[in-house]
Amino acid sequence: MSVLVYVENAEGKFKKSTFEVVSYAAAVANQLNTGLTAISIGDVKQEDLSNLGKYGASKVLSVSNDKLKSFVNQAYASVIAEAAQKEDSNVVVLSNSFSGKGLAPRIAVKLKAGLADAAVELPKTEGNKFIIKRTAFSGKAFAHVELNSKVKVIALNPNSYQLQENGSVAGVEDFQANIKESDFGTMVAEIVRASNKIALPDAELVVSAGRGLKGPENWAMIEELASVLGAATACSKPVSDAGWRPHEEHVGQTGIAVSPNLYIAIGISGAIQHLAGVSSSKTIVVINKDPEAPFFKVADYGIVGDAFEVVPKLIEAVKAYKAQS
Amino acid sequence: MKILVCVSNVPDTTTKITFSADNTQFNTAGVQFILNPYDEIALARAIELSEGDKGSVTVIHVGEANAEPTIRKALAIGADDAVRINAAPRDSYFVSAQLANYAKSKGFDMILTGRESIDYNGSQVAAMVGEFLDIPSISIIKKLDIEGNKASLVREIEGGKEVLSVSFPFIASCAEGVAEPKIPNMRGIMSARTKPLEVIEAIEVEKLVSFESYSVPAPRGAVTMLSSDETEKLVSLLHTAAKVI
Ligand SMILES: Cc1cc2nc3c(=O)[nH]c(=O)nc-3n(C[C@H](O)[C@H](O)[C@H](O)COP(=O)(O)OP(=O)(O)OC[C@H]3O[C@@H](n4cnc5c(N)ncnc54)[C@H](O)[C@@H]3O)c2cc1C
Ligand SMILES: Nc1ncnc2c1ncn2[C@@H]1O[C@H](COP(=O)(O)O)[C@@H](O)[C@H]1O
Repeated sequence: MSVLVYVENAEGKFKKSTFEVVSYAAAVANQLNTGLTAISIGDVKQEDLSNLGKYGASKVLSVSNDKLKSFVNQAYASVIAEAAQKEDSNVVVLSNSFSGKGLAPRIAVKLKAGLADAAVELPKTEGNKFIIKRTAFSGKAFAHVELNSKVKVIALNPNSYQLQENGSVAGVEDFQANIKESDFGTMVAEIVRASNKIALPDAELVVSAGRGLKGPENWAMIEELASVLGAATACSKPVSDAGWRPHEEHVGQTGIAVSPNLYIAIGISGAIQHLAGVSSSKTIVVINKDPEAPFFKVADYGIVGDAFEVVPKLIEAVKAYKAQS
Repeated sequence: MKILVCVSNVPDTTTKITFSADNTQFNTAGVQFILNPYDEIALARAIELSEGDKGSVTVIHVGEANAEPTIRKALAIGADDAVRINAAPRDSYFVSAQLANYAKSKGFDMILTGRESIDYNGSQVAAMVGEFLDIPSISIIKKLDIEGNKASLVREIEGGKEVLSVSFPFIASCAEGVAEPKIPNMRGIMSARTKPLEVIEAIEVEKLVSFESYSVPAPRGAVTMLSSDETEKLVSLLHTAAKVI
């Protein structure tokens, strides 16, 4: 018996969401009175691997193979499932990241495991029940799902579990995985990363704007507010539909669901489909010129005012705050 | 090009989500069900790729007879024929096993799904079907083109995108960018009534997960309203009270 956690890297580096899944998986292992093994695929520095011990991994399996240099979910799923079998793991934990969404279901089928994705809390383990709270109905509700199978797979939503740093260093072992040629029907031709931008799903702070901004030419102040705060930018659906902003910024029921610490909504009315994607944000600030805008009903702080007047002032206020802190 | 598009039947996006008194059932009374918005995108691309006698588009749904209006809508939009596997769509594993069982011997070049169903939002079906069929699965694509004997796809990743080349057959889940949804025209609506809709019985599938109960997010506390001159106060509250900056 053990818990296995897949530690995703981006260009050889671990992100915060990786430390979150390790912390979460360590807590699950603790609940089950067992140890936590991490599996890493690709070239990550030895030091970063053993550092995972800090978040509770007791052992790290490192898979380094030329064929696995770029992410091919079919092949990665085979490697992770193989490790789970070798480690006799009864729980496999991953991040519900874009890659995780392509991996977790394949691993679940391979291991005949019940899958709880979009998990937001630790499992409730009463008797021999194992129940996980996950988001459903696009963030409008939660479902509590019981995993009945012997092996269980959990994909944890980013930003839903606090980092726990109380471990030490982990031992790192090479893991020789069985590589199947037939797993490589997909080939990565190119990766394009928007440089120096904070990825929306991972962001702790988000500045989002809607049709109230009138046109794409007015986004400079939104970008500036985001940059002084160190936030990601987002938008409502009509804004991305009109091509004012790229689709990957579209938040809501049919876009990305975010759960940042702070979501600032500027010139967004607060339609139910938009709110679905932001309702698990910790703090919501709404700036809208219409006091009747429905967004105020779910806001923590609200300013009724013209965005073109309020946002520049807010930028100055943030700058002043940053300067003195 | 023989394409299969998987469609789900979901509550309209304006639905206020409520549950039975014991929180174990989703209240469907008065709820309007629609074709999942992402599946419309997948369907639109499938139709584009098969236009001009270049192929055929079959839609498939795992569900009960009450989903037939949604299936007919997919036919009205332009699918050639439809299949319904007659069973309540219990969970993604169950649905995927049914879809894979149907597709395994039919020789589809490409299977498309939506990025996620807007009710249970697993984003699970595409990758599960891919695993059952042992074919490549690509989750959350933003672009899909055919280039000779391969397909070129663009997949979303954190903070960027990945361009992929995939051999046939494969399954992919479609998000915005892949195509613009199509609105059925009069001729489509008329012809949808007579297009073939085959009903197939479901296979047995082991139950790995069960939905125990549901809950709704805790209501937020009262909003603190500030005037447009109080941006400094807002920043200070975000620091001291909300502790988010
Ligand atoms: C199937 C379906 C799915 C959908 N999915 C999504 C989704 O995922 N995400 C999403 O966002 N929407 C979604 N929508 C659309 C949604 O219903 C709303 O239409 C949309 O969210 C409105 O965007 P908005 O608030 O930017 O624009 P509007 O509704 O036009 O609101 C603009 C707001 O800006 C304010 N304003 C105007 N000028 C100023 C100013 N100078 N200063 C300050 N405030 C100003 C106005 O008071 C108004 O409240 C979906 C709709 C459907 C039918
Ligand atoms: N009952 C169903 N029948 C057919 N296809 C489905 C069904 N449920 C989900 N799908 C497909 O799988 C996609 C992802 O669904 P999910 O994994 O539930 O988020 C949907 O967009 C549909 O294309």
